[in-house]
Amino acid sequence: MPTMDSLPAHMRPERSFQGLILTLQRYWADYGCVILQPYDMEVGAGTFHPATTLRALGPKRWNAAYVQPSRRPKDGRYGENPNRLQHYYQFQVILKPSPSDIQELYLKSLAAIGVDSALHDIRFVEDDWESPTLGAWGLGWECWCDGMEVSQFTYFQQVAGVECAPVAGELTYGLERLAMYVQGVDRVYDLNFNGREGDEKVTYGDVFLQAEQEYSRHNFEIADTAMLFEQFRMAEEACKKYLAAGWRNGGNQREHLMALPAYDQCIKASHVFNLLDARGVISVTERQSYILRVRELAKACGEAWVHTEAGRAA
Amino acid sequence: MPDLLLELFSEEIPARMQAKAADDLRRMVTDKLVAEGLVYEGARAFATPRRLALSVHGIPARQPDLKEERRGPRVGGPEPAIQGFLKATGLASIDEAKIQPDKKGNFYIALIEKPGRPALDVLAEILPVIVRTFPWPKSMRWGERSARPGALTWVRPLHAITATFGPETEEPDVVNFSVDGIEAGQTTFGHRFMAPAAISVRHFDDYEAKLKAAKVVLDPQTRKDMILADAKTLAQAQNLELVEDQGLLDEVTGLVEWPVALMGSFDKEFLSIPGEVIRATIRNNQKCFVVSDPSTVKLTNKFILTANIEATDGGKAIVAGNERVIRARLSDAKFFYETDLKTKLEDRLPKFDQIVFHEKLGTQGERIKRIERLAAEIAPLVGADVEKTKRAAHLAKADLLTEVVGEFPELQGLMGKYYALAQGEDASVAAASEDHYKPQGPADRVPTDPVSVAVALADKIDTLVGFWAADEKPTGSKDPYALRRAALGVIRLIVENSIRSNLVAIFDWQNDLILQSIAVTRRNAGAGTFFIGKGLEAWNDTRVEQRCIDLLSFFADRLKVQLREQGARHDLVDAVFSLGGQDDLLLVVRRVEALGNFLDTEDGKNLLAGTKRAGNILAIEEKRDKRTFDGAPDPSLYRQDEEKALAKAIDQVKREASRAVAAEDFGGAMSVMATLRPAVDAFFDKVKVNDDDPDVRENRLKLLNEIRAATRAVADFSKIQD
Repeated sequence: MPTMDSLPAHMRPERSFQGLILTLQRYWADYGCVILQPYDMEVGAGTFHPATTLRALGPKRWNAAYVQPSRRPKDGRYGENPNRLQHYYQFQVILKPSPSDIQELYLKSLAAIGVDSALHDIRFVEDDWESPTLGAWGLGWECWCDGMEVSQFTYFQQVAGVECAPVAGELTYGLERLAMYVQGVDRVYDLNFNGREGDEKVTYGDVFLQAEQEYSRHNFEIADTAMLFEQFRMAEEACKKYLAAGWRNGGNQREHLMALPAYDQCIKASHVFNLLDARGVISVTERQSYILRVRELAKACGEAWVHTEAGRAA
Repeated sequence: MPDLLLELFSEEIPARMQAKAADDLRRMVTDKLVAEGLVYEGARAFATPRRLALSVHGIPARQPDLKEERRGPRVGGPEPAIQGFLKATGLASIDEAKIQPDKKGNFYIALIEKPGRPALDVLAEILPVIVRTFPWPKSMRWGERSARPGALTWVRPLHAITATFGPETEEPDVVNFSVDGIEAGQTTFGHRFMAPAAISVRHFDDYEAKLKAAKVVLDPQTRKDMILADAKTLAQAQNLELVEDQGLLDEVTGLVEWPVALMGSFDKEFLSIPGEVIRATIRNNQKCFVVSDPSTVKLTNKFILTANIEATDGGKAIVAGNERVIRARLSDAKFFYETDLKTKLEDRLPKFDQIVFHEKLGTQGERIKRIERLAAEIAPLVGADVEKTKRAAHLAKADLLTEVVGEFPELQGLMGKYYALAQGEDASVAAASEDHYKPQGPADRVPTDPVSVAVALADKIDTLVGFWAADEKPTGSKDPYALRRAALGVIRLIVENSIRSNLVAIFDWQNDLILQSIAVTRRNAGAGTFFIGKGLEAWNDTRVEQRCIDLLSFFADRLKVQLREQGARHDLVDAVFSLGGQDDLLLVVRRVEALGNFLDTEDGKNLLAGTKRAGNILAIEEKRDKRTFDGAPDPSLYRQDEEKALAKAIDQVKREASRAVAAEDFGGAMSVMATLRPAVDAFFDKVKVNDDDPDVRENRLKLLNEIRAATRAVADFSKIQD
């Protein structure tokens, strides 16, 4: 792996947002992770990618890393808040089983992007993670660098209602925050995206500011709620249908042949729910029941997954 | 005698769990040692973010030997029983057993000698069990082994165990055990960043010293002292003062192994935000201390952070990083605060109609209206201006819907005060926003401004009456709505402000409003006509709902608890409440005080004894005759001077005591009571109650009853414990 100093200026993580991403990818590729591309659906967090949610289940080894664009419709601020976005990037690493030196691996990845632990105050601060929609929980920390939360670190104990055996370790880097930190920038839109200067420089704002404005309007004001309610219902139905259709009695054990397509519909339902929530058309009491409905889908998908080739014992 | 050193080295333990974990470790190990006959001299436990450590010194090297006699079967008993006995006791043949006769015959007795085992072996047995059963509030599995059933769980992954045992002057033994693949040994590690290398340790002394050399301060108290001293020094160097914060200090101590205090600053423009908001922002989100200027007693634009390393640049980058985060946080806070100021408090109120307070009790909006009406009702009792009180109650909860309180719920009330002042409300009205929540606990301040007192009482009484009506009373340790605290708050407000009130009447009044809210809620929920059966009871001269009297007895219990905590006699509360009709808490407390003082005197103690004696005799005779001895005694039946003297004394005491009680002079009433004592003593000394003449006997019992009746002017003496 090239050292930081051997990188051309425009690729260096403290100069370039994409340089930061590429450095993390190289680092985890070097460790032996498969480097995946973002999942091609709208998700609220990198955890929703089947490479985490489903692959965290079952006994097989799995080491993967990827960037995941994440959508949180409620967090839109019309491009006016310096660090809140309805669309942002997470860098996600999943290591199953969690290696015993996972904390050291994480700290070395920070060093790779220029966070020197002799100079900066890096801390692991208690943060238990729970995703009610995914039926998942784990214990871990927020990782602080000089008082700023730059990552989440979780040992998954349960995902989609299934006990993790073995346990996977999940690292989630908040890329914009981390980049703001290493670039020394106070407003996300001022991040240097491509590491070039002068006329060639492209900022995060150049790429995403208009999108933030448009999607904020969409998420809060315009999104078609009648359609969304219908989409939720359809996704829920489709998920159940595919799950039911996927079961086979192969040999002496039950197996499932459609866990992934079914899970796509669960992701879909979850995102549609987030949009409806942002539109403010779901009351407090209804909210709980929607979350529960998505959780039921996630659990059924998890149950199906552990009966697939990738999800079960060899 | 040998010492034990135990260290459990793990990934970062949540700060809030460390102190209890250290304590649990000490307790579990020492309890087990004692149970194994190993009485130790002393034990100390420590915690850092990455380790729990325990030092137990003066443990005997061996357990004492035990001798035990075990009784076996009867001599000549069946063979299988004898074989079983031999097996259980380890005897080679039955000839080794003694024979002991008793009433039922001759029995075999085995003398079993159990030699004590080396403490090292005992430790090797008990320590892994303690690790496996450690009571973390939440624990987890990790790594390859987590797939196996029975995998070790710990608060975060456990990496190493150090366990040595031996006398101070010698090379110790390693306690030989392993837990889920982790072998106990004598290797630990220093500071994560500054000295991560392995360290070999022998005894506690060199363990603590080597850790210190490896940039780990083991003792949390030492770390705390260091942080506090350094933070104060940093502040003083600039003629400023650290705003001390015990909770924050405890937390920060649990986040560092090598504390380094550093000072940073933020833009002065943020000082336009209320100091409490700055403090909450910096404290809750960043775990930093704030600093004040002693000349103005206001916050300055400085803060103190506690880093976990001595950075190579002296901390410049760390300070700069923290300053940036704090700037961003304060920008948010300032934005929230300024946004809040744009909306008047009363304009926020309609939203409360959409917010459910409790499913049976309706919305927050209804609750606020009830509190307004009750506060206006209470205002004259506490000398508060009615209009101001109404206004205060109207606005008191409005800040719950502001951005700042949404972000920092602990600032509720306080923000209301700031926003009320900013929109030009009267100072008393504004103060009530903050003070109507008080007192929150036994140590909290009790408001004194009459407007705040009226709203505080109305808020708490509405809560209590409401949850009583909804049948959500506290049970056992469950008190989710903090009703005990609310009742204690009412008691303190009344007593400390010397407020005269008839609580049952107030409860009953509010109960009507609550029932209306419940009915509306039921109707909105689609339920049919709602009817609450009113169980009515007599209270003084009126009839009130029985729930209100039930609530009063809850207050009596709270009052008892409070008096007990103050070291006062709580049984006296029963003695006063048992008189009936007592719902003026101020008078109840005064009566209890006077009674307590009286019972501390010789006269009091003797009168109590005499009254109880009278009561006991009456109880027995009433039971025997299956009747009571009410009614006035007949003077013509008095046979002895002592009877006449007692009757006369009782007459006089009754008259004078009721006069004193009517004037609320309870001390005076007690002094009057005291004059009864010689007559009572003389009566019991000279007069035989159970006279052979049944008429005389009945008359004397009636006289005894009169003693009891007379003392009831101040309290029910039968409820007083000796």
